[in-house]
Amino acid sequence: MAAPAARGRRALLLHPAAKPVLFIAALLPFAWLFYAALTDQLGANPQEYLIRSLGDWTLRFLCLTLAVTPLRTIANQPALLRFRRMLGLFTYFYACLHLLGYAWFDMGLEFDEIARDIAKRPFILVGFAGWLLLTPLAATSFNRAIRALGAARWQLLHRLVYAIAGLAILHFFWMRAGKNNFTEVAVYAAILGVLLGWRAWRRLRPAPRAAAVRPAAGR
Amino acid sequence: LAGQKSSVAGAVTMEKVTEYKDASSYNNYYEFGTDKGDPAHNAHTLKTTPWTVEVDGLVKKPGKYALDDLLKLGAQEERIYRLRCVEGWSMVIPWVGYSLAQLLEKVEPQPGAKFVEFHTLADPKTMPFVGSRVLDWPYVEGLRMDEALHPLTLLAFGMYGEVLPNQNGAPVRLVVPWKYGFKSAKSLVRVRFTDKEPKTAWNKAAANEYGFYSNVNPNVDHPRWSQATERRIGEDGLFAKKRKTLMFNGYEAQVGQLYAGMDLKKNY
Repeated sequence: MAAPAARGRRALLLHPAAKPVLFIAALLPFAWLFYAALTDQLGANPQEYLIRSLGDWTLRFLCLTLAVTPLRTIANQPALLRFRRMLGLFTYFYACLHLLGYAWFDMGLEFDEIARDIAKRPFILVGFAGWLLLTPLAATSFNRAIRALGAARWQLLHRLVYAIAGLAILHFFWMRAGKNNFTEVAVYAAILGVLLGWRAWRRLRPAPRAAAVRPAAGR
Repeated sequence: LAGQKSSVAGAVTMEKVTEYKDASSYNNYYEFGTDKGDPAHNAHTLKTTPWTVEVDGLVKKPGKYALDDLLKLGAQEERIYRLRCVEGWSMVIPWVGYSLAQLLEKVEPQPGAKFVEFHTLADPKTMPFVGSRVLDWPYVEGLRMDEALHPLTLLAFGMYGEVLPNQNGAPVRLVVPWKYGFKSAKSLVRVRFTDKEPKTAWNKAAANEYGFYSNVNPNVDHPRWSQATERRIGEDGLFAKKRKTLMFNGYEAQVGQLYAGMDLKKNY
């Protein structure tokens, strides 16, 4: 039985305005970067600032997306699931802008150069692979795709997000490795470690009762 | 701090000078933090008076040299140098100082001295990131003797006609314009003459990425990014293409002979 406070939170999560509010909130970093770039507020190296911020926001939205399932279980708030798709799509949105920023600012949109760069540099390759793996997840995020694939196959496909989390952290780690600057990397790795570790722990612990009633989709 | 125009070959580029605001707010000075903006925020704690530079090792006149004596040791010149950071950005900065060679002549290296080592201050009380594990402190850089004696190698006390801001390496620093920026050690407290190649800070941290020479070279990529192009800070518009990086940062005519016959891919 949910406590009154939890019921209140649930009503908030189910409010019709909840999704539009989240949508606008998730666009705020983009809006700020766009405005700051136009008004020259990004410091001495605006290109670098944009690429790095977009990467940071990709990682943040990835963490938020992966936090939905643990949070809804631990806090007993199934309604949180309503927001997971949008958070996942915003992860892809920022990942696309991050890639576009690199391709445009760093590589001048010279596609043969970009292809060479991806092949040559592990840290670029890993980041690009992460984006590439995100693409089918974004492409199969709408209801018809889920029905067409079937819940089991859809879920299997979307487990790719665990690999993507690993690639994202590796990309960030290698980016910082040459400068030995690992504090932020460690913070994100710890967050993702907890989010993925919680899933592993749930899977491995002996809990046959829960397994029997748990719905197949939505993990 | 005023300087007369330098007559050293290649010492005054005609390129557009980077805005002071950018040159003094976008810095790598890890003793004060790893973000580009950190040094400008944190370096006010650096105490630059009194300041002495210790000269030791294989040298005939070792000792502690006070900053005032160093300032008077040579005529202050203005040198407008390109600065190419290993990260792929560049600036054009008007420094004030004199050729390091003038100091070296004064202290007289012994015949056995083959290299010069430069130590940056490492004071955990005034430098919040000394003690972090990013680098092995103090920050040590080094040059081969002939590089150190080259007239373009500058001992700088000022920039833009003023004394150096703390975040740019006050009160005295090295500027080696044909090498990546990190070779130019800041806030010098020690100059040591040695017969062995110095163990330099970034080389110790990641030998495969930062070699001892670290000459600007568009043909030798950093393992994680290309060095063929660079972003000129404050000059190239948001969507402008990066400019091509020049061999030895455009100082090939002046310094190319120092490396004649050397494999620069191996000695990166």
